[in-house]
Amino acid sequence: MSAPEAAAKPRVTFDRVSVEFPSKSGPMRVVEDVSYEILDREFVSVIGPSGCGKTTMLNMVAGFMQPTSGRVLLDGKPVGGPGPDRGVMFQEYGVFPWLTVRENIAFGLKLAANRSLAGERDAIVENYMRLMGLEAFADAWPRMLSGGMRQRLALARAYAIKPQFLLMDEPFGALDAQTRTAMQDLLLSVLAAEGKTVMLITHSVEEAIYLSNRVVVMSARPTRIREIVEVPFPYPRDESLHDTPAFGELRSHLRDLVMKEYAAQARQAVRLSD
Amino acid sequence: MPPIPRSPMLRNLLLVASPWVLVVLLWYAVAWSGLVNPALIPTPHQVAAKGWELLTRSRLPMDILMSTQRVAIGVAFGIALAVPIGFLLGWYKGVRRFLDPLLNFFRALPPIALIPLVIVYFGIGELAKVAILFYASFFAGVIVMYEGIAQISPIYVRVARTLGAADGEIFLRVIVPLTVPHMLTALRVALGVAWATLVASELIAAQQGLGALIQDASSFFQLDIIYVGIICIGLIALAMDLVLRAIARRMVAWQERIA
Repeated sequence: MSAPEAAAKPRVTFDRVSVEFPSKSGPMRVVEDVSYEILDREFVSVIGPSGCGKTTMLNMVAGFMQPTSGRVLLDGKPVGGPGPDRGVMFQEYGVFPWLTVRENIAFGLKLAANRSLAGERDAIVENYMRLMGLEAFADAWPRMLSGGMRQRLALARAYAIKPQFLLMDEPFGALDAQTRTAMQDLLLSVLAAEGKTVMLITHSVEEAIYLSNRVVVMSARPTRIREIVEVPFPYPRDESLHDTPAFGELRSHLRDLVMKEYAAQARQAVRLSD
Repeated sequence: MPPIPRSPMLRNLLLVASPWVLVVLLWYAVAWSGLVNPALIPTPHQVAAKGWELLTRSRLPMDILMSTQRVAIGVAFGIALAVPIGFLLGWYKGVRRFLDPLLNFFRALPPIALIPLVIVYFGIGELAKVAILFYASFFAGVIVMYEGIAQISPIYVRVARTLGAADGEIFLRVIVPLTVPHMLTALRVALGVAWATLVASELIAAQQGLGALIQDASSFFQLDIIYVGIICIGLIALAMDLVLRAIARRMVAWQERIA
């Protein structure tokens, strides 16, 4: 994966987006006046305190919800419903328990919407099983798989229909540190092979830096953009990047920002409880 | 202590048989203890002999056939209705809010209390008996069905949508497979409830059937026959449940736990 050209066109546009949810004490503003763009083949991470509305922003791109005001655009057009052009990786994976590993990966390829890929179905399924190290479990039920393997299965299923966008909601959050690192490297290598535009929601500052072109730091609720940080390291990246001084500086800067927002959120909570 | 058999199959058989042996031993113990009037407790071998006699030379085969047929018909219709209704209740919160109180009202009514009304409206023929069993299995099935469906996580539908599934594809490829285990559980519960309701349904002027057998015997104080009837009901219900479980194990092998 290469850094996007300076003149690359925006694929996803948040244009003065605000979101309100109804609550007992009237409408609650979750996202406030957020504007940014994700360029073609760019990897953008969104970090911020928990419950700040990061997932809400991903859900709008995925097509599960609409902004209260402002616009979310996909290639210049307002987002309609969910579709196979945007692969979504959910926090809880959502692998289909009634299908085997092979059938899970093939699920999308059997749908009418992806008819163009139907002819290559077996080849695609085999390819991703190999890539994700799931070949030995081709005919196993998901209940027999470890958390890391379910995660890889969900990733393979999302990749199989060749979406242009990958929307990932804390996909590695539930994994142990080793598996997490392995999954990050796997993601980078797949992206290097087939360029995609990625939006990643994460809690982890390291993960955001390691994977992204840019990191969008969100504030406590109602969420605004605190800062958009460019990550200058060229791809391909490997784990030694974590040990460089430049990585360390960026990490402290981002940690600082995020910690301040957590503190702000804690103050809000205290004020609300008074 | 007898040596533990090495063959796992034999060991399994012993494990399964041991509680039954225990119950029979307990039965003998009570019958022979002198604590209870022996006329009130026939011994297991007396009951077995009576059962054999009824089975080979008398009415028992017909009773079993009639009862099984009534249960099968009542449960078939009950579940045929419980599956779609339970699905609607489980899937659509609005429908649930609307119909739940009504459902719980009817569910609480014991089928036996309905018998006078059933006789008034359906007479005393086969229809009346099947109606009672239908009632019992429908309400048992519909609750199991809708509790199960209501617990299905919406994540699978969302995932399917992001993969490009249309509404029809979501129904056939996601909702139906998730519904099958609940259908099987509903069927098992309904069968159990139907057998439990059988005697009540055959209170309605039945000439044949295990419930009728028990009632006829009770008029003549034939305790051994009553025991035969009761044991038959239990055994048939058990056999049906075992068969259903075996089918369920094959159909929903993907499930984490199998009940």
